[in-house]
Amino acid sequence: MSKKEQVPDSKGRFGIYGGVYVAETLVPALEELAQKYELIKDDKEFKAEVQDDLEKFVGRPSPLYFAKHWSKKLGGAKVYLKREDLNHTGAHKINNTVGQILLAKHMGKTRIIAETGAGQHGVATATVAARQGLECVIYMGEEDIKRQSLNVYRIKILGAEVVSVNSGTKTLKDAMNEAMRDWVTNVDNTYYIIGSVAGPHPYPQIVRDFNSIVGKEVLVQSKNQIGKMPDLLVACVGGGSNAMGLFYPFIDISSTDLVGVEAGGLGLDTGKHAAPLNAGSEGVLHGMRTYLMQTEEGQIQNTHSISAGLDYPGVGPEHAWLKDIGRADYTTANDQEALDAFKELTLVEGIMPALETAHALAYVKKIAPTMDSEKVIVVNISGRGDKDINTVADIEGIKL
Amino acid sequence: MGRIETTFLDLAELKQKALIGYIVSGDPNVSSTLMAMHLMVEEGVHVIELGIAFSDPMAEGPSIQQGHERALSEKISLKATLKLVKSFREKDKKTPVVLMGYMNTFEALGSEVFSSTAKDNGVDGVLIVDMPLEASDEFTEESRKQGLDVIRLIAPTTTESRIKKICKQASGYVYYISLKGITGADSINPKEVEKKVLKLKKVTDLPVVIGFGIKDGKSASKVKDLADGVVVGSALVDIMGGNKEEIEKHLSIKIKDLSKALHKT
Ligand SMILES: Cc1ncc(COP(=O)(O)O)c(C=O)c1O
Repeated sequence: MSKKEQVPDSKGRFGIYGGVYVAETLVPALEELAQKYELIKDDKEFKAEVQDDLEKFVGRPSPLYFAKHWSKKLGGAKVYLKREDLNHTGAHKINNTVGQILLAKHMGKTRIIAETGAGQHGVATATVAARQGLECVIYMGEEDIKRQSLNVYRIKILGAEVVSVNSGTKTLKDAMNEAMRDWVTNVDNTYYIIGSVAGPHPYPQIVRDFNSIVGKEVLVQSKNQIGKMPDLLVACVGGGSNAMGLFYPFIDISSTDLVGVEAGGLGLDTGKHAAPLNAGSEGVLHGMRTYLMQTEEGQIQNTHSISAGLDYPGVGPEHAWLKDIGRADYTTANDQEALDAFKELTLVEGIMPALETAHALAYVKKIAPTMDSEKVIVVNISGRGDKDINTVADIEGIKL
Repeated sequence: MGRIETTFLDLAELKQKALIGYIVSGDPNVSSTLMAMHLMVEEGVHVIELGIAFSDPMAEGPSIQQGHERALSEKISLKATLKLVKSFREKDKKTPVVLMGYMNTFEALGSEVFSSTAKDNGVDGVLIVDMPLEASDEFTEESRKQGLDVIRLIAPTTTESRIKKICKQASGYVYYISLKGITGADSINPKEVEKKVLKLKKVTDLPVVIGFGIKDGKSASKVKDLADGVVVGSALVDIMGGNKEEIEKHLSIKIKDLSKALHKT
């Protein structure tokens, strides 16, 4: 049997990872969601509805762009960019929210909630909620509200409420805790749109499936534009949705290597990073079993990354599984390497990537020169960099 | 017979309801917790639930979240809590102690080590908030081996067929969550609770207790006749987080109030 058809199993598990570790109040809601999704996901009408929105509202398919100048500069493999930054709202996150909001509507829910780190998922959620006329509340850590103020304002203009979360580390993980608390309280009328391939089953599956459009398009585009399958796919990994969306359709194509890049922060040896697959251990958080950054006593550790969207101590369970079975490899890029790659792509190709994406680019910078010119790398440009201008200017000591 | 079973049988004979008090272990420090445990028993608490602090207590409202944060800032751990229970048992051999927390801290210690140490030190039951029935095989087995009760939660959203499944696996008592929400919320609806608890009682012979949303004598008296006991958490944790000099006084007043309400017929 193919690897990708095995997971998740009937208990929502990817190997030992995943599952449903939530308070009893939410178990029936998650069961209902899983059942509903199972019924609707292959329904012709539903699929056509999603496809139509992806084409006309999001602007798909997104181009597969040959980065000629950068490839030449790197002097090795040919590097192609999957341009998710060109999607409406500026990141891959919209692929998921377009799908989940239709699911919410089919379930008769009238209120939408979401957590967000970089604000991209918050914007993508507020966008589809506005369009469907649904009430929308976005939970965001106080720290992230500061560093992603542009997106916070966008969310507000879109008519959603932004709730500042000041518990714990005041970042993405705490926003997720707070969104869960809201959901437990308002479970009757509320749909929780989780923004990555994380959380309890069936979310890792749902978010993966909706983002798989990315990998599916790359399959077709590779055949048409390159005449062969890529040798290597690269994506950054926060919760892991842009990576999973790119990787999933390729899981059974064993000639294509898969590499996910986590946030190395100030360096793995400093402990100030957000790289659970590289430096964490197995545990349970946010409804899933996965790799976590945690103390010996099972307390979740503070994370650090230059990019809010990667600043998360856990990772989607399917990545944990892909790591363990050896189908994908996971590495890190640190803050400085990401910043350098951010600047390089902007200068050489005129494409300003998100700081999250820049982690994937930093790895490409290292690996492409070691590969020969026949080889093809596809890297997921998960989002555009406008939202990060303040962060970058701050680091440069420039006041805008 | 374990302490939990004995306690509920004794109370049933006296036609009395159980008062279950929840505080967070190590909040605001270990010695205050030990003091509070004895004081609670003295003033009328029948079962003690000790919260195990976790960095990400997903089901808790602001009061108990802060309790967890205070305890963590004192470097509390599950191991230290197990020692604390041992100290408690030096003076109190009778009052059941249940540890309530989140999966990750228990797993970090390891289910085998946890269960055997817990039993040796005088713990009676364990309640893991984010460990629903489907996710609990290994942990439950280890706990059972040691004779620890695995307390199960039933929520307003739990379907009837699920209630049956859960009750089959429950021991000690069954904890009915009185409302959709987090701890400390106050939207309890006695009519709704009554309906559900009646159904629950038909399915299980275990004592049923009601928790979430009970904070004083008044709210306790509204639901006490529906079940075999009530759990009070946030209101006690607020006291533990208040002025240190006055913890004893306020705790004493609060528990007297609750106790009186439960005894009224
Ligand atoms: C542009 C961009 N890329 C990547 C991520 C990381 O998320 P994931 O790993 O789920 O793709 C984010 C999250 O906010 C993002 O905004």
